[in-house]
Amino acid sequence: MLQFLIRRILYMIPTMIAVSIVAFIIIQLPPGDYLTTLVASLAAQGETVDPARLDALKDRYGLGQPVYVQYLKWMKGILLEGDFGDSFGWNRPVSDLIWGRLALTFVLSLASLIFVWLVAFPIGIYSAVKQYSIGDYFATFIGFLGLATPDFLLALIMMYISFKFFNQSVGGLFSPEFQEAPWDWARVVDLLGHLWVPVVIIGTSGTASLIRIMRANLLDELRKPYVVTARAKGLPEWKLLFKYPVRVALNPFISTVGWVLPTLVSGAAIVSIVLSLPTTGPLLIRALLQQDMYLAASFIMMLSILTIIGTLVSDLLLAWLDPRIRYE
Amino acid sequence: MTMDVRTPSPTIARPEEYEDRGFEHTESSVSVASQWQLMWWKFRKHKLAMAGGVVTILLYLIALSVEFLAPSSPGVIRADYTWAPPQGLHLFRQTESGRVFDPYVNGYKVEIDPVALKRTFVIDEEKIVDIGFFINGEPYKLLGLWEMDIHLLGSTDVDLPVYFLGADRMGRDLLSSLIYGTRISMSIGLVGVVLSFFLGITLGGISGFYGGAIDNLIQRVIEFIRSIPTIPLWMGLAAAVPTDWPPLRVYFAITIILSFIGWTGLARVVRGRFLSLRTEDFVMAARLDGANEWTTIWRHMVPSFFSHIIASLTLSIPGMILAETSLSFLGLGLRRPVVSWGVLLQEAQNIRSVATAPWLLIPGLAVLVAVLALNFLGDGLRDAADPYNR
Repeated sequence: MLQFLIRRILYMIPTMIAVSIVAFIIIQLPPGDYLTTLVASLAAQGETVDPARLDALKDRYGLGQPVYVQYLKWMKGILLEGDFGDSFGWNRPVSDLIWGRLALTFVLSLASLIFVWLVAFPIGIYSAVKQYSIGDYFATFIGFLGLATPDFLLALIMMYISFKFFNQSVGGLFSPEFQEAPWDWARVVDLLGHLWVPVVIIGTSGTASLIRIMRANLLDELRKPYVVTARAKGLPEWKLLFKYPVRVALNPFISTVGWVLPTLVSGAAIVSIVLSLPTTGPLLIRALLQQDMYLAASFIMMLSILTIIGTLVSDLLLAWLDPRIRYE
Repeated sequence: MTMDVRTPSPTIARPEEYEDRGFEHTESSVSVASQWQLMWWKFRKHKLAMAGGVVTILLYLIALSVEFLAPSSPGVIRADYTWAPPQGLHLFRQTESGRVFDPYVNGYKVEIDPVALKRTFVIDEEKIVDIGFFINGEPYKLLGLWEMDIHLLGSTDVDLPVYFLGADRMGRDLLSSLIYGTRISMSIGLVGVVLSFFLGITLGGISGFYGGAIDNLIQRVIEFIRSIPTIPLWMGLAAAVPTDWPPLRVYFAITIILSFIGWTGLARVVRGRFLSLRTEDFVMAARLDGANEWTTIWRHMVPSFFSHIIASLTLSIPGMILAETSLSFLGLGLRRPVVSWGVLLQEAQNIRSVATAPWLLIPGLAVLVAVLALNFLGDGLRDAADPYNR
């Protein structure tokens, strides 16, 4: 197991490097560099730029030097000092802005994942056991609908319904009085009260696909001879179901985290923008529209890294559950 | 989107399978039927897929003839019709001699909210706007070939616009925009899929045919792309498209960005097929016969899994449509004057607009219908792709 763990973590390093390169390419994509944008925005406000400060910035980001030097300087700042560069849109270091929002994104994605599991598990079992029943068709139909509805559209519809019929807004993650409050128990409770709306919206499409996978796997399992044998020997139906087939069919719950998680993080980004949640989404889109590239790229990089770590955790869980994988 | 985790057992279909549910094929007709014939028989049994196919064909027909179907062009701004509500079409009119066929809609009257002093349009049952079928309007070129000025339906009075689905903030007709949006949204899926088809079949083919180190490398790249959350990445790439580019170039830039990430699914299907076919007898026979690699691949291997490729292509169109819609909705994708469903949904971005004009959500319904139809069609095609499987 330890060997497996080490190998998996070593595999992760090239992926992390690739993510940072992609993020750096995104920084480089817009025409002009950080300094020209900064000077232009300062000039637009009627301020002059101190040449000494300009030189200092030039040196810090390695501007004017080859691209790989710029990349190495950026990476060095992040790895050694936790310095992601400056956001000129906010006039603050990027690291001041991202951590709090990343934490909330993390909470939101994790809550959505748990929601997906909790909903898909019983419905998937029901759909497989009662194949071709009305409930199964209904679940399949809702599943297709959930897959076909873009997250943001669902968010808009929820917003409209709650506005029209309950006369309240669903935006935000905190009530006004807790907006800036320090973390305490009451604030956590308030967060939980608001969290379920985005969680349901983000989780819908993931739930839909997981139900289909659970159903297909369990159906395959139920047709196997050992199930027939157990039934012939008179095992009660519920025990027969939960003793082996469900446990075997449960594997994909863990193994699909690797691709359910990216969808959830994606969904969280766009739903947060619509519902204006204080997570990464709204800040990311603002940064992109203003071409505040150090901020935007840091978000994209950290979101990807979070996803990759999440996938790693799911792989380890799977190896722990299923010995066939770790001895491969 | 959906993952097929089952491994079907390769058994030859028995003739009875084609006989149930009312299709009568004798044993001999099944054994002499061509592969495509068998696929069609199997596809025909999948009712939802048939329905999805019909809807998809309809959508592409609409996309071809937008100029004829749309009452006006999508960019016409009428600032004095801000957020005018939808006017229901009445086909029959009550006269003294009974009901006669004479289509009309009710006109608008303006009400002023005494508190907010806001002007709102309401339907006025008294006013009547005559509607005509096949009326003459703005000239256009149908399919870019024939000059015409006939529109399917519209107001007979040029100065009185009709809004069958309501108007947006600028008084633009939603129905016309929606119809024009069909062309962009449906075609971006097709163009994007064609691009990812080339990437996917080339890289997936190399990966599966040669195996070894290059296969390992390509698989790692695919895993890497799949492990990044797509929407933030798409947003980052799309934000780099310069704002002063002409609409057509933006359109292609966006499709390239979408297919740059979308090819991975197809590459996996192609690789899997190559891996399983590599050891088949007929491939070995072709090789022993002295066929070179090019011939072996294109003449012998590709035709045998071409139907699978069509199925997974169909299944990847909805993803493209959804991605474009999301990007345009966020303001990072297409922009007016190009109209796609996502561009239209951008109007519904805040709760104030949605509360005043809920009909702005209708383009979302169009997305839903298109994605569902393509998903059902693709599912049916995938099941039918291998007619020898049970």
